[in-house]
Amino acid sequence: MSLRSKLAAFAVVLVLAFGGTVWSILHTREKQADAVEAAPPVPVTDLATVAAEPHIVFRSTAIGNDYGRVAMVPLTDPDGPRAFTKVACDRVYAHRDEAVCMYSKPSLVTTYRAEVLNQDWEVRASLPLNGVPSRTRLSPDGGWAATTTFVSGHAYSSPGDFSTETLITPLSGGKSLNLETNFTLYVDGRRNTARNRNLWGVTFTGDDDHFYATAASGATTWLVRGSIKDRTLTALREDAECPSLSPDGARVAFKTRNGQAQGQWMIAVYDLATGRSTLLAEKHSVDDQIEWLDDQRVLYGLPRSGSGPSASDVWVVPADGTGTPSIFVPDAWSPAVVR
Amino acid sequence: MYITIRDRPGKQQAGPKARVATTVVLLGVVSLLTDISSEMVTAVLPLYMTAELGLSLLAYGVVDGLYQGVSALVRIFGGYLNDRTNRPKWVAVFGYGISALSRVALIPAHSFAAITGVITADRLGKGFRTAPRDALIADASEPSMLGRAFGVHRTLDTIGAALGPLVAFGLLLIVPGGYSSVFVASFAFGLLGVTVLVLFVPDLRTSGGGLAAKRLFVELASPRLRKPLLAAGLLGLFTVSDGFLYLSLQHSGDFAARWFPLMYVGTNLVYLTLAIPLGRLSDRIGRARVFLGGHAALLLTYLVAGGSSGGLIATLVALGLLGAYYAATDGVLPALISKRVPAAARGSGIAAAQTVVVLARFAVSLAFAGLWETMGPQHALYLAAGFLVAGIGVAGWLLKGIDS
Repeated sequence: MSLRSKLAAFAVVLVLAFGGTVWSILHTREKQADAVEAAPPVPVTDLATVAAEPHIVFRSTAIGNDYGRVAMVPLTDPDGPRAFTKVACDRVYAHRDEAVCMYSKPSLVTTYRAEVLNQDWEVRASLPLNGVPSRTRLSPDGGWAATTTFVSGHAYSSPGDFSTETLITPLSGGKSLNLETNFTLYVDGRRNTARNRNLWGVTFTGDDDHFYATAASGATTWLVRGSIKDRTLTALREDAECPSLSPDGARVAFKTRNGQAQGQWMIAVYDLATGRSTLLAEKHSVDDQIEWLDDQRVLYGLPRSGSGPSASDVWVVPADGTGTPSIFVPDAWSPAVVR
Repeated sequence: MYITIRDRPGKQQAGPKARVATTVVLLGVVSLLTDISSEMVTAVLPLYMTAELGLSLLAYGVVDGLYQGVSALVRIFGGYLNDRTNRPKWVAVFGYGISALSRVALIPAHSFAAITGVITADRLGKGFRTAPRDALIADASEPSMLGRAFGVHRTLDTIGAALGPLVAFGLLLIVPGGYSSVFVASFAFGLLGVTVLVLFVPDLRTSGGGLAAKRLFVELASPRLRKPLLAAGLLGLFTVSDGFLYLSLQHSGDFAARWFPLMYVGTNLVYLTLAIPLGRLSDRIGRARVFLGGHAALLLTYLVAGGSSGGLIATLVALGLLGAYYAATDGVLPALISKRVPAAARGSGIAAAQTVVVLARFAVSLAFAGLWETMGPQHALYLAAGFLVAGIGVAGWLLKGIDS
């Protein structure tokens, strides 16, 4: 092959590669524009009216200009019209008077933010955040906020190796506590000091001291009970991630591998008094922190398969292992029940 | 049209004015394009998985640890295949090809399993191509300017790594949520890299053609190679993963915490600026000296990071020293090894040295974690610095006279 024909062949590949990329960009933009146009208009209702009654706050994933914005629906009509707030979040959690919002700010160097918002959805405080948003919760009394992010270790020897960073921050002011470095983990009464220790997915009790979270080392995960006063984490049972405490404080819902393949989870409910666990009826893999709708039912997000990425719904299933799951809020993600 | 291809050693004059072989520059361009391609994916993957797919990344992290080990073994196999077949170009094409093709699979992939599959393929490809590529660089270069040749290659390679995230996030600014466009562009860059390799990089072969497995093993165990391998492994044992260094800087102050994502960029910038000058220096004063000097820079990094209270200057100094460490070691090690093995066993020799370093670092990162946990970052880094002083001393003795 002469140099001339080699250069010609390279030119052809160059044009194909460049042209293909440009075509893909244009095609994606067109498809996005079409989808927005073709999407049925999202029925909208008044924010103040919904906010006044018990409602669910969530990230709206309905296609359209409001994609990613935080919205709310009344508990009495969850698949009815939604009321949009002015903020957009990747992950949101809310109480009656405050909310915590985690989002990524796209730019040439993408940065991540976490903010505490007041009842008018204005920023009240910024929380430290070093990585991709994953989970967030507020304590029932509004004293603490918890955030979990994915931090990548950017090491030459292990590029792309992720670990979690979980912080709990007093909202009255003061330093954040890091669950990995500021707390001591006990498993079966013994102190655990493994390096590949990771902590994530906090749920607070109402006593301003205790919380539940996930601890992991290697492939093993534990449901742990934490004490802010003692700075300790105590393992309760194995194979439990992203706990969520029921409103009556008697049970914890979590996701569990339960012998399935990597990246597959079921939902289970753990009775704190008896230590007994019950698997729920959802058969799809659930990768979310569960939210309790009331003492009998739980909510969780599921990506909608078949319709491409970023489509999702919030589902509901009874918390005692009976019944069948059903869609509770369509086109929604990251639900929080506000009473 | 005629382009001078200076590939065979001996055709060019050595000295400061001599040019680096065209093959080396071409291989650098291949690495640049491939690194843009893979860093694009690495940069957007976390967001893509969490924000778009609603998956958590932790299981990915667990799986990733396993691949590190697999990748190291594949690297040895790539080097072995290279020397057995004596077709470095085509072994490299296979490695680069796997990585490029894996991008196509990302476009329809929306599941966890598909994504881990793609990442595995990428790592395997990387493992496969490193040794034959470095063997090609060594074959195409005048022995007296190997350090510079590797410096040129590593500079181009690192430029690609720095550009990748910018290209990816730039695309996402044009098309919000357009991850498929990012993957298409990534494939395009990967494809261009493979095309340059296939069309323009000459199919160099070493004389002798294909070593028997037994001879290969004898070469690897020969005393000439034993000392540098031991030295590299020993120094690898006292090398704390950058993850810990970044973490220690980050924990010590607000400045570092806020700019955490930029630390990696800062290190890379220093690395790509210094790779060529330090490569040249290694040709002049000896590769072993520069290699040891790089570890002295690492030693200073420990001391600065350990003593830092998180201020701007301490952070910048630590990042600069870390970049200098990479510039003085990453390309210099294969240059140092290349001279110690006959051309026919070069792929395996280079692969063995790199694998020894990777495995030593991997092993020590677990042990260092224990120290970190019990003594705290500062004392753990000081202790590592103490070990490193001893390591540099012993390695200096092992590498004595090796450049002559």
